[in-house]
Amino acid sequence: MKYLRFRTLWLRNSRVWRKHIMATLIGNLGQPLLFLLAMGYGLGREMQTIDGLTYLQFLAPGLVTSSVMYSAAFETTYGSYTRLSMQKTYEAILMTPLGITDIALGEIFWGASKGLLSAIIMLAMLPLFGVWPSVWTLALLPVLFMSGVFFAAFGLIMTALAGSYEFFNYFISLILTPLFLFSGIFFPLKTIAPLSRIFFELLPLTPIVTLSRMFCYGQFHEPWLLKIAGSLLLTLFTCWLSVIFLRKRLIQ
Amino acid sequence: MTSTQTPPQPTVAVAPASNDDIIVQVNGLSKFFGSRCAVDNISFAIRQGECVGFLGPNGAGKTTTINMLLGLVEKSGGTMSIMHFDIPGQQQEAKRLIGVVPQTDSLDPDLTVEENLLTYASYFNITGRKARARSADLLQFFALANRRKEIIEHLSGGQRRRLLLARALINEPKLLILDEPTVGLDPQARHLIWERLEILQEQGTTMLLTSHYLDEVEHLSNRVLILDHGKIVAQGVPQQLITQLVGIDVFVIEGTTAELDALEKSFKQCQATTERVNDKLYVYTQEDCSRLESLLKNSRSWLRRPANLEDLFIQLTGRSLRES
Ligand SMILES: Nc1ncnc2c1ncn2[C@@H]1O[C@H](COP(=O)(O)OP(=O)(O)OP(=O)(O)O)[C@@H](O)[C@H]1O
Ligand SMILES: [Mg+2]
Repeated sequence: MKYLRFRTLWLRNSRVWRKHIMATLIGNLGQPLLFLLAMGYGLGREMQTIDGLTYLQFLAPGLVTSSVMYSAAFETTYGSYTRLSMQKTYEAILMTPLGITDIALGEIFWGASKGLLSAIIMLAMLPLFGVWPSVWTLALLPVLFMSGVFFAAFGLIMTALAGSYEFFNYFISLILTPLFLFSGIFFPLKTIAPLSRIFFELLPLTPIVTLSRMFCYGQFHEPWLLKIAGSLLLTLFTCWLSVIFLRKRLIQ
Repeated sequence: MTSTQTPPQPTVAVAPASNDDIIVQVNGLSKFFGSRCAVDNISFAIRQGECVGFLGPNGAGKTTTINMLLGLVEKSGGTMSIMHFDIPGQQQEAKRLIGVVPQTDSLDPDLTVEENLLTYASYFNITGRKARARSADLLQFFALANRRKEIIEHLSGGQRRRLLLARALINEPKLLILDEPTVGLDPQARHLIWERLEILQEQGTTMLLTSHYLDEVEHLSNRVLILDHGKIVAQGVPQQLITQLVGIDVFVIEGTTAELDALEKSFKQCQATTERVNDKLYVYTQEDCSRLESLLKNSRSWLRRPANLEDLFIQLTGRSLRES
């Protein structure tokens, strides 16, 4: 029980979320769906197939992972920072038996849950675009959740360091946007020179995008277990860091 | 408001004091923020059933001490325990038994009045029917029952303060920590809160109360700790401290400098200390000096009143404003 105490904060957040359910869903899904429409439909019709996939098919799984990234990271930056600073939610919680670790885990799992939900909705909408995910996609869901945990924890570290909302501009412009553009969502990494390709492959979103595409179409031509294991290690490490940073921020 | 008198928890008899009755024990506690010393080597104990008034000018270190007791501020030195749980080592266990009204409002603006209580209850692992019953009792007790579905923003300052108190009681705490619980409230709201706190005291709840309303402290506390510049400058039963350190009566006399000079001399016939502030003379008498009242016939204005906690506070911490 003690280790599940964080769930009460998760429940608190979901209670608040249910009050503004439409606004948050549209906020999180709007961008990736518009990209899919503009790039996949608009641009994709003129393009050759990549690895036997139409450009729309190539693009869709990657955009699903980007919606996980954005939903999770936005929740633990803008959302968590509001709770931390203006609403003093954490201060109130720290007067109860919940500790810093419970707060961090509650926020991270909440962010990851929102990420996973966006992914599920997007995956469910893909057939509307003529893209049919394979049954392996069900096995992808835990991987997407893990990616949500990573980005939520990353966002929480940013929150612990933030002095104001402006600080998140750095996070978005210097980290999230480059990851969105260069993790192999929009173009295949194979064509890049081997040396620079290593760099792209090591970006934290890249293995998730690759895994997403492999599971979506049931084609396992890359070492998927290695990618999952590596991402899991990075995720655990980031969670651990986020607890440390949050403690530094909250306990003087 | 007569319907709200039912206490939300069963009565607990107050046992006679012994060492097992110590609820809070603090020894040699210190806190430095960088090089600034906010709390300087303080020691005190609070026994079961006591209400201890924690006083001091702005920036004296009251909130910092409370925050250290709650593990929100890391101590720089010393030891603390609450109900025999070591702090901060076993703070999680201790916090099950503590209720806190913080100095700054931390109600959850995303939630309604009732949801605030239910959510807070869930942090204590109180859920379902039990949580709803407890929250209904507390809303009744603090005259908020008809605000159950209101969002927090629509509450007045007094209602928010009452809700904050209700929230602090959700886990039926044995120790209640109140950091300026009635700040900014009108007399009616303050009296309602005092009544409720007295009911809790009768039930045996131990309290640590900080407040700048000294009448409130005098009214509620059995004992006071006075803090200044992070040090405890006095502690004891308010009335005893007042008689010991200030006196029995206070004369406040207005007049010209020459008149006051003369009076100051005359009052030396009686056991009293004097103080001059601008064009006023304060005389603190350590014995009955009413025989000297005839000297005051010609004064512009004067009064005699019993010495109170405010006199003690000013005597110990001075009249100058603190810039913290
Ligand atoms: N986080 C902090 N960082 C640096 N200094 C701090 C911090 N918190 C408090 N202080 C300083 O510590 C001192 C004690 O502050 P504290 O809040 O404990 O006073 P207080 O007795 O509660 O005053 P008040 O009656 O105004 O609430 C002050 O000088 C304050 O400026
Ligand atoms: Mg204070």
